[in-house]
Amino acid sequence: MKKLTYERPIINKINSGMPNKFGTRTEYQPITYIDEVSVKEIMKEHGSPVYVLSEKTIRDTYKDAKKAFTARYPKVQFAWSYKTNYLNAVCNIFHQEGSWAEVVSGFEYDKAIANGVSGNHIIFNGPDKSESDLETAIINNSLIHIDHYDELYMIISLAEKLEKKPKVAIRVNMDTGISPQWSRFGFNYESGEAWDALNRILINKNLELVGLHSHIGTYILTANAYNVAGTKLADLAVRVKEKYNHAIKYIDFGGGFASKNTLIGAYLPGTDTCPTFSEYAEAITTSIINSRIKLEDFPTIILETGRALIDDAGFILGTVLANKRLADGSKSMVINVGVNLLFTAFWYEHRITPAQNFSSHTEHTSVYGPLCMNIDVIRQTADLPVMRKGDDFVISRIGAYNMTQWMQFITLRPKIVIIDTGRQVHVIRKNEKNEDINSFEHVPDHLKKINV
Amino acid sequence: MNINKNIAISGNGFVFDPTTGESFSLNSIGTEILSYLKQDMSKEEIVLAILEKYEIDNITVEKNYVEFLAILREYKLIEND
Ligand SMILES: Cc1ncc(COP(=O)(O)O)c(C=O)c1O
Repeated sequence: MKKLTYERPIINKINSGMPNKFGTRTEYQPITYIDEVSVKEIMKEHGSPVYVLSEKTIRDTYKDAKKAFTARYPKVQFAWSYKTNYLNAVCNIFHQEGSWAEVVSGFEYDKAIANGVSGNHIIFNGPDKSESDLETAIINNSLIHIDHYDELYMIISLAEKLEKKPKVAIRVNMDTGISPQWSRFGFNYESGEAWDALNRILINKNLELVGLHSHIGTYILTANAYNVAGTKLADLAVRVKEKYNHAIKYIDFGGGFASKNTLIGAYLPGTDTCPTFSEYAEAITTSIINSRIKLEDFPTIILETGRALIDDAGFILGTVLANKRLADGSKSMVINVGVNLLFTAFWYEHRITPAQNFSSHTEHTSVYGPLCMNIDVIRQTADLPVMRKGDDFVISRIGAYNMTQWMQFITLRPKIVIIDTGRQVHVIRKNEKNEDINSFEHVPDHLKKINV
Repeated sequence: MNINKNIAISGNGFVFDPTTGESFSLNSIGTEILSYLKQDMSKEEIVLAILEKYEIDNITVEKNYVEFLAILREYKLIEND
């Protein structure tokens, strides 16, 4: 007789009157396949942990987002926010779909150029643009979004020196009714600073004002905040037109759409609370359509959407290292994915799903990474099915920021693979090796000899 | 070690302790072990019963058994002599 599959015995107290927010039973299935490719096979071939991206999900999500806008407004342009995930393969999927590039540093700028994006389709944001960065951007006709007056004056002097007319926009910050208000970037609307900056640009014959930009924050749960932003930006555009007879070519709404992840401490899961692309699109497009901007001057709407376009396409696969009981009797599980690889665990209650069959029982568990650090918490508490040492799991919705904000800390960073639309798996970033890390270092001669 | 003999074990993984009014949910192995305990089976007998029925090694079963009993003690479902 074939023996049955074993599972660790568990018992949970039922707290009547205090139901768990998602019920006591797991309502989900194991994840054994991603885009019809076996999770176990990927791990066998590429190791554990390993990041997996789905090209199909990236393309589908992009098309959904784009359709939400083009159905409502004639001129729409996306610009891929490099910081969200600047693996070249990922950037190029977005560029193939028609996205421009949105960068915030010389490093990212050079990456976009190397990927083949033409200079006039690169939006250069952020407070850190060096003189030589700006020079390159001016020569390439890139769209420079000015963050502060020092930058404005540097651009004015470079324009003279290079005898070129830089294409500029200003970043505007404002009260949209949400907090925190990101007032440290760009020029403030309510105080009149933004209007002042626009005047300085427009009286200067060496600059071409092409756009207005705002990025009101990230993970914005109220779509209406974008309507408030659009109304204020449209007001600036109308005033520019009235005073200078100059039409603004585009209004850039930045990023900030929430992905369907659940924020730490949120009562309801993100899948229930996040606005849809259509809701954001409705708020944004109506702010322009209903403004005093004339039809012939309707600006292109630019979107620098980051996390909402890529989170769903990313997974990290890993393995359970140990189960432990803490001093207070509570249960914890140690996995081989730490905050070094999953930076977003600081914000999100990431969903951890076994990669093999499990029973319907769950346990209240803390999930810790492998780092020898108290901050290495992947889930403070989670109701998880019983998993044993050596069992594999899939953490979903991790495509945004983790592959850029990760840290080489204590362990080496693993491979990143992508599953293409024909179910082929490609390595798009190799795993790090000791030699790679050591190649950056130099030990002076007098420190070479040790005797321990 | 004494198991609280008053507890009611239902077939589908629920346990009710009438002395405290508390209820618990268990997975099938948990239920199984609890009913073995109620039949006064020894640790060795229980481990053997599990090894015969399931695809698993001795060390894991013993480790899990000890841990499981610690939780039962915590929930006052068993008591030390
Ligand atoms: C200027 C700018 N644009 C776009 C983004 C992308 O934001 P998100 O990932 O919230 O869509 C960011 C992120 O901080 C940003 O600073």
